[in-house]
Amino acid sequence: MSASAPPFLSTKRAPIRVSGPRVIRNPVWVRWLFMTLALLFVGCFLVLPLAAVFTEALRKGFGPFFAAFTDPDMLSALRLTLLTAAIAVPANLVFGVAAAWCIAKFDFRGKSLLITLIDLPFAVSPVISGLIYVLVFGLQGWLGPYLGAGDHPWFGEWLNAQDIRIIFAVPGIVLATIFVTFPFVARELIPLMQAQGNDEEYAALTLGATGWQTFWRVTVPNIRWGLFYGVILCNARAMGEFGAVSVVSGHIRGVTNTMPLHIEILYNEYNFVAAFAVSSLLALLALVTLLLKTLVEWRAQKGLT
Amino acid sequence: MSVQVDNIRKTFGPYTALDDVSLQVKSGQLTALLGPSGSGKTTLLRIIAGLEYADEGSGRIQFHGEDVTEMPAGKRKVGFVFQHYALFKHMSVFENIAFGLRVRRENRPPEAEIADRVHKLLKLVQLADLGGRYPHQLSGGQRQRIALARALAVEPEVLLLDEPFGALDAKVRKELRRWLRQFHDEIGLTTVFVTHDQEEALEIADEVVIMNQAKIEQIGTPQEVYDRPATPFVYQFLGNVNVLRAQVLAEARARKPGSIAFESEGQVYVRPHDIEIVPYAPDQPGIAAVLRYIHAAGPQARLTLEQVQTRETVEVETSRVTLAGLDLKVGDLVNLRLRQAHSFTDDYTI
Repeated sequence: MSASAPPFLSTKRAPIRVSGPRVIRNPVWVRWLFMTLALLFVGCFLVLPLAAVFTEALRKGFGPFFAAFTDPDMLSALRLTLLTAAIAVPANLVFGVAAAWCIAKFDFRGKSLLITLIDLPFAVSPVISGLIYVLVFGLQGWLGPYLGAGDHPWFGEWLNAQDIRIIFAVPGIVLATIFVTFPFVARELIPLMQAQGNDEEYAALTLGATGWQTFWRVTVPNIRWGLFYGVILCNARAMGEFGAVSVVSGHIRGVTNTMPLHIEILYNEYNFVAAFAVSSLLALLALVTLLLKTLVEWRAQKGLT
Repeated sequence: MSVQVDNIRKTFGPYTALDDVSLQVKSGQLTALLGPSGSGKTTLLRIIAGLEYADEGSGRIQFHGEDVTEMPAGKRKVGFVFQHYALFKHMSVFENIAFGLRVRRENRPPEAEIADRVHKLLKLVQLADLGGRYPHQLSGGQRQRIALARALAVEPEVLLLDEPFGALDAKVRKELRRWLRQFHDEIGLTTVFVTHDQEEALEIADEVVIMNQAKIEQIGTPQEVYDRPATPFVYQFLGNVNVLRAQVLAEARARKPGSIAFESEGQVYVRPHDIEIVPYAPDQPGIAAVLRYIHAAGPQARLTLEQVQTRETVEVETSRVTLAGLDLKVGDLVNLRLRQAHSFTDDYTI
């Protein structure tokens, strides 16, 4: 069915035509000019920096390169990044599917407001996102005074005894990451589910399927590639997020440092080899994400034709 | 199983889709819901299926005397075929048909029985070899029949089809609708289908329900609704019609122009094939008209004439043999006689 191509396929590049119809064929020098410009641009702004990351990381050979990964602070940063992604990605997966389901399959009041709110994290600067959390959960923030150990009449005894820290602690980092990566899955699924309509779900219902059976057997298989695509993008962002996390983290080495923050610290200490070594790990993550994305697109296209 | 719809009302915000609609579908019959787009026919079908619910407190739906107004779609034992088939894209044809059996919680048939049922259904819709294909590998007509087989797999007691031939090209559509009629006669299931194509409804349905603007205009056999339309809308919707002023008719009876006072107001409906053309004679009864065009392609000739008195156009259909006998040219003056006309206050026949 050609009508239901997932929207992310529409960005697929057209093959370069060397011999088009005469009327749309440009003079040779124009073609070369534009191709050179495009390649130069890609080279300067994408390939060169990527190459620089790996060259700088390996400048002093493999010894110092691998040494950077045995540093306990680095390992702790890696663990924290993985933990953050492991919480943020599933949370946004569930939220994204639920939100896309509501928006695409039902009509309700405030629907356009919800769509706008989902886009909010894309619209505001990550630093602001971080500051919002400081403002709400920080010691001087709105909820800050109630979070630490204290004597609040409407809290239970157990809750009063807890010294809950969100800002400058792991929960803050997770919250900020969830906020920043909030739109990826939902944004990917909404147009896809809207294009597919409700007929297949209705068909399943008339055939006697329950709501859950319909969801798992009809809805999920129909959106699986879009979902996977949204998840890998979400994961890449969750691991690479710097701004929002930087504000709420407090940069406590070995405790609240994620990989991007750790890179900054190393760099500021003139430890270039270690900084670029850790950077190369994140760059590799980006390359793997792109590879997966290409695979998904290829697979989704094959499934449709 | 009979379907009884009593006083159903459905509104979407300010828009009324169904306004106090009542209908009885007899057991084992093939019934067509016919109407222009926006007439509420699809909404009615979806309410019968349980895919929409009627407005709170409006009316009742009964299947064979049992109230199903509040029953969810999955429990009503209806088979629903969607206009665009709604086949599950990621499942093979076999799995599509087996779906309704596999999702059962209680008395789910064993795998061998499911396979057996699916193969029987594939044979029934004459697509026995296509079980392993995927929906995108099928033609429109094949998809439609697979959708039908899938709906039948759960052994429904009522079959509902929403514009079943709407998305097909003209030739396939004709073949498939005759096939559906035969198929209905074989399995004898109470069937309701929605269509906007009057030819389709009149050709295959036992009973036609004509809807317009959220209301039912008329219910009857194809012949009844065509020959004795209950409302001007039905008259105009089922085939071509000339709308004449009633005074023209009064004059045609009397003949001498201007000799009688025109009292009759309103309009008269005449089908193009109910008008006879005779050579003009001043003292004979009939409506004087001038021939403007002759369209003689096809078995019937269509003539466009202009009435002398009112300058209004009249369409006439006549066999080509009759036309040859009259030996007419464009610009000739003729008399028109109405074999049958309809005024919705009483019938005129001349």
